[in-house]
Amino acid sequence: MSVLVFVEINKGRVKKASLECVNYAAKIAQLTSSSVVVFVNNADASQLEEIGKAGASKILAVKNDKVGTDSVYTTAAIEQAVKAENAKTIVFAFDLTGKSVAPRLSAKLKAGMVAGATDYPVVNGNSFEVKKNVFSGKASALYSINSDIKIISLLPNSFPITLGSNAASVVDFNVDLGSVTSKIIVKEVKSNASDGMVPLTEAELVVSAGRGLKGPENWGIIEELAKSLNATTACSRPVSDMHWRPHHEHVGQTGFAIRPNLYIAIGISGAIQHLAGVNGSKTIVVINNDKEAPFFKSADYGIVGDAFSIVPKLTEAIKKFKANQN
Amino acid sequence: MKILVAISNVPDTTTKIQFSDNDTKFNSAGVTFVINPYDEWYALVRALELKESGAAEKVTIIHVGLADSEATIRKGLAIGADDAVRVDAEGPDSYFVSEQIANYAKANNYDLVMMGKETINYNGSSVGAMVAGLMDLPFVSLATKLDVSGNKAIIEHEIDGGTQVVECEFPMVLSAAKGMAEQRIPNMRGIMASRTKPLAVIPATGSAGLTSIKSYQLNPGRTTCKMLSEDSLDELVNLLHTEAKVI
Repeated sequence: MSVLVFVEINKGRVKKASLECVNYAAKIAQLTSSSVVVFVNNADASQLEEIGKAGASKILAVKNDKVGTDSVYTTAAIEQAVKAENAKTIVFAFDLTGKSVAPRLSAKLKAGMVAGATDYPVVNGNSFEVKKNVFSGKASALYSINSDIKIISLLPNSFPITLGSNAASVVDFNVDLGSVTSKIIVKEVKSNASDGMVPLTEAELVVSAGRGLKGPENWGIIEELAKSLNATTACSRPVSDMHWRPHHEHVGQTGFAIRPNLYIAIGISGAIQHLAGVNGSKTIVVINNDKEAPFFKSADYGIVGDAFSIVPKLTEAIKKFKANQN
Repeated sequence: MKILVAISNVPDTTTKIQFSDNDTKFNSAGVTFVINPYDEWYALVRALELKESGAAEKVTIIHVGLADSEATIRKGLAIGADDAVRVDAEGPDSYFVSEQIANYAKANNYDLVMMGKETINYNGSSVGAMVAGLMDLPFVSLATKLDVSGNKAIIEHEIDGGTQVVECEFPMVLSAAKGMAEQRIPNMRGIMASRTKPLAVIPATGSAGLTSIKSYQLNPGRTTCKMLSEDSLDELVNLLHTEAKVI
């Protein structure tokens, strides 16, 4: 019996969310007396080593150009690995790939799925229960998975990554996609301009600003603060709607839901739709000139005052702190 | 071309969430229910625009739920859908709901099945990909633009770190995200017309669900916000390091 983990390589490195999944699967393997098998496509030696350190006992090294391009191919390939390894639990990251592949696999295998798990499963004989957030983070629900094969997609940044000294056995795994066809034809790919920042959905530190900044020309102080922390910049919905900032920076209910370790909100009032996208953040700092701003009720640290005066001073304070650390 | 839009009936975003029966049921007393915003603003409205432009002949709403969700379905008809079908069952999970949608879409030859990127109650982002898997059809997630050219859809959608433009022959399934369309307020004529539009009620087919919810729990909110002054930013940085341990 095994716990199968789908691991992705992105921009030359093992996705952080994937390493979290390997750690998570190692815990499930303990609970279910099984072993951790990783499915990964086009990984190099150092990436395979890192996956081993995260807790894989065996790695199915796949080399197939169709895997990872379209959920039809990726799902069919993983289905073959599930059968070959007698996998009873399959773990994905609850990211864009996980959201299109895991449910498809669930349909194919008739395997019950919990999408966006936030904690380890509780296994007791035949009972298998997993917690996830519901109502946009306002509550959580404990799900029981009642099928023989179980699928969990893990909400990114739910657990810190630990790497040990374990080395996995690596085997070549040939997937046969000869009978699988996808009708989706990719015509064009556009990359978001990111200025070398960590993508928002993976970022541990996020500096976000709203209408309080008064105009796109004032974003320099936000970018400076983000740079001092090595954080990723984000924005509220009105800011993205007015095209002050690109759409891919928009966090909130209609934008991206994120849960970084630190979320600094500057000039954002904290409407419930915004909170729905950020309330999973570990620590929230709010800077706003309105002491009645609802966001202060959902923050850990707050400063009432003028962002144009506070933000540059905060950037200096962080630079000073970093300099002292070195 | 015929479009099937799946809608979910969800508590309004501003709802104060409460549970009953020893925290095993969502307490719907006094709660305002609405069409799941992503299903409505993005999927349904874009489907209607395609019909208005002549690219689609018919837009049908499908909803899996009990009779108390009919007001929500009628609102979809008031916005402009031609007809609606309600699968008369309380869906225990995404798999069950997906099976109902897939079975109906297959039996009635819909070319395009679409819905929002996720529901705001269970946040699973699963139904679209499951429907596609059950029907063995292509699936495109997080579509931000959709056009139709002959028997093909041309779609722009979000991928990791960017966007992609794809083409896909019908039939297919897609989930819709911000950018597809703008919210529409139903007008009086639409509301009047919605009362007499066909709303079929059909029994559920297929299996029971594969998962069940044992209990709910409210997530603890933040209780106290530590207020600092503009002159104590060094202290804030220190707190982020020593107390919150995030930098």
